[in-house]
Amino acid sequence: MVKVTVDGIVVDVAPGSSALQACEAAGKEIPRFCYHERLSVAGNCRMCLVEVSGGRKPVASCGFPISNGMQIFTDTEVVRRARRAVMEFLLINHPLDCPICDQGGECDLQDQAFGYGADHSRYRENKRAVTDKYLGPLVKTVMTRCIQCTRCIRFSTEVAGVPELGGVSRGENLEITNYVEKALTSELSGNLIDICPVGALTSQPYAFSSRPWELKRTDSIDVCDAVGTNIVMQARGASVLRIVPRINDEVNEEWLADKGRFVVDGFRRRRLDRPWVRVDGKLQPAGWADAFSLIATRLKGVPGARIGAIAGDMCDAESLMALKDLMDMLGSPNIDCRQDGAHYDTSRRDFYTFNTGIAGIDAADALLIVGSIPRQEAPVLNARIRRRFVDAGRGKFPIAMIGAPNADPTYTADVLGEGPDTLAKLAAGELPFAEVLANAKNPMIIVGHGALTRPDGPAIAKACWDLAVQAGAIRPDWHGFNVLHTAASRMAGLDLGLVPGAQGRDVAGMLGGGVDVLWLMGADEFAVQDIGPDTFVIYQGHHGDAGAARADVILPGVLYAEKPGTYTNTEGRVQRAFRAVMPPGDAREDWRILRAFSEVAGRKLPYDTIEALRARMAQAHPAYGQAEHTRLGTTDTTPPQAGSVAVAATPFHPVIADYYLTHAVCRASPTMETCSGIYVRPAIEAAE
Amino acid sequence: MSTQPTAPAGAEPTHFAFDAESEQQIAVILAKYPPERKASGVLPLLYVVQKQMGRQTGSAWIPRIAMDVVARRLEMAPIRVYEVATFYLMFNTKPIGRYHLQVCTTTSCWLRGSDDVTAACKKATGISAFGETSADGLFTLTEVECLGACANAPILQVDDDYYEDLDGPRTLELIEALRRGERPTPGPTIDRLNSAPAGGRKVLVDDAAIKPQGQG
Repeated sequence: MVKVTVDGIVVDVAPGSSALQACEAAGKEIPRFCYHERLSVAGNCRMCLVEVSGGRKPVASCGFPISNGMQIFTDTEVVRRARRAVMEFLLINHPLDCPICDQGGECDLQDQAFGYGADHSRYRENKRAVTDKYLGPLVKTVMTRCIQCTRCIRFSTEVAGVPELGGVSRGENLEITNYVEKALTSELSGNLIDICPVGALTSQPYAFSSRPWELKRTDSIDVCDAVGTNIVMQARGASVLRIVPRINDEVNEEWLADKGRFVVDGFRRRRLDRPWVRVDGKLQPAGWADAFSLIATRLKGVPGARIGAIAGDMCDAESLMALKDLMDMLGSPNIDCRQDGAHYDTSRRDFYTFNTGIAGIDAADALLIVGSIPRQEAPVLNARIRRRFVDAGRGKFPIAMIGAPNADPTYTADVLGEGPDTLAKLAAGELPFAEVLANAKNPMIIVGHGALTRPDGPAIAKACWDLAVQAGAIRPDWHGFNVLHTAASRMAGLDLGLVPGAQGRDVAGMLGGGVDVLWLMGADEFAVQDIGPDTFVIYQGHHGDAGAARADVILPGVLYAEKPGTYTNTEGRVQRAFRAVMPPGDAREDWRILRAFSEVAGRKLPYDTIEALRARMAQAHPAYGQAEHTRLGTTDTTPPQAGSVAVAATPFHPVIADYYLTHAVCRASPTMETCSGIYVRPAIEAAE
Repeated sequence: MSTQPTAPAGAEPTHFAFDAESEQQIAVILAKYPPERKASGVLPLLYVVQKQMGRQTGSAWIPRIAMDVVARRLEMAPIRVYEVATFYLMFNTKPIGRYHLQVCTTTSCWLRGSDDVTAACKKATGISAFGETSADGLFTLTEVECLGACANAPILQVDDDYYEDLDGPRTLELIEALRRGERPTPGPTIDRLNSAPAGGRKVLVDDAAIKPQGQG
């Protein structure tokens, strides 16, 4: 460690740190625009000037390396005047449109001009104006406000891995642009809005909606993918107006995928806000009591084996637990949380978990991706892989993919083959990458749902596990077998036992008349049209989508923003979200609906409060009773059960056809619809 | 006001490919860099593009589509090529005239009469301001900063050639010659060799004194 004195405070900082980091360690606030701790250092805004002993001029602390015994002064007259001068230069060409600027109230330039700038302007000349750029339907640009900190250029190049932004021309004429009139092709483009320190890049869908001080902030968890991104729901009155990420270095750092951010305008559209019952083939509004008694009447005399339940991809663990308990009470073994028909061996948790952990990617030194396109299935996790790839340096983090030959993963990946037969070749050492895996200290294998949803999924999972064992990736201190989930509720569903019991039917088995009464909890992503014509369908959920259209009774549930809930991400991390807004109309929290119905059905669930339900969850699976997340390592290398299926040679197919339209909420969102029209449909049409 | 560094609509060609002559130059250029560092060749390759456009269309500029071709050839992001091409003023990102008249107006040239050169250029070509192209499409007039030939001020750079020690009338003659399709010999337009004194040597005139014995 290196000893540095900041304003008389002695701090120990790691060698290679910058003066700015030393100042932060000493608790001194250093103003900055271009410096961002997750991006490379540019040093072009000059706002972070400090004085260093022995130096004749103030230095930009963000790029100034520390040395032992260095003395830094952050609050001298020289520093104050220097910052004031820098601020004056930055404001020369910055418009005075704060009253109509969406960044107002959360603007670094505003705050720092107030804190470090002069109290008046001496500038009388004309300001320059810059043409606005088109960056797609999500990011709105007002380029005259740009102070050219280049954070957006560095973000798109380094983090998002789509080098599409740059600075063209120079001097007075320098402009940040993509040069071509084309939408940014990143699933992380919304983060540009967060990192822009001024109002140059703001949110297009949120434009002119509200001011930051009007918003009530609630911590929550994103359920649009299985990463479990930590988010803040910002609401005014009854509506969530925007979603921004929350920092969690273990999960999402400070990024959020576009779907999780911009899905918000689907929250109040196409909502189910009252119970409905089907009378003479038409859905009629009804009261809760009527709906419950209708279901109870219909259930009377139906044996448990003829009742089924399918849980959707966005459910919280509480409602999953309640659904599971309700089905147990009704004597039904027919329950499934796997709408996509994926196969898992649920006898051990590490057979279906992203065991390495998201933060564990930082320690990996070789990666094999099987039947997955992480860029679409988990954009934030993909950014982590990319960062590892970049940080490791040329050739130090070799990545190979099986399947997805045409996907651009944002890093260099060898495509070894298109089908799972490639795994056998790897295991036999016929491919050069086999040697890479064998020589790696911490190899990772990611198995995606492109592999697990196939009929030969169990065999592929076993082959990947065997390969991981062969590569020495399954040890007490490292677990390199990873299942990348796409559904936010899947891990909790598997943990809490929402898979068919003995002689129970899975999703496919419940369709086509396999059951007489089918309870859908937020389930829309399966072949709804294949439900038997005589099956009585109860749809419990929040959006009027495929499931609700087929339902005989609709019970209005609530969105993740409207209920406190527990979500387990793909690495098995149990995280809790809080209620941001109240549900619309008669909608109720899902576990309460199930609890209330259980009483009508005469089989009362044994919990009246969410605390009691959570205690029940902890009893069902220990992970739900622990405060800390522990990563798994194991000495037991017994592979998952493959049954009698053998690996087929058919190529993998991507599981996500359209990133922007994967669930009922985004299908209700005009913004996601626009994105799909701009990003996905042209490619699909071109392919046809 | 900011200026758009992009070509006006309609000027952009739909296709660009290197011709045989360019390919030959590219092979020489890329041989200088290790294969994984070939992005270093972006500046010379942009020159190749500009020269080829000059040969093929009579307007030496770099269309965006050609920048994309360079980006693909060097395996770099297109925006990185756009950044370089728009940063350096010697790359024209808009179509220009057949002859690119670049008048130096920095101090030395200005003191020695660059205003006359500018006026002559405008008079001969009908151009009214810097940055414009003449109606016949032959000439584009650009104001440039010091060309580093102050000893021969004022300078007019035509494409890659320096015409030195100009004044108004000689500039008019030069432009008329260009219009006729001639390319006068570059260099001083008065009686001097390179930067040597006008009218011959002014010092050390006694040849015998400077010649070593036994030579001459």
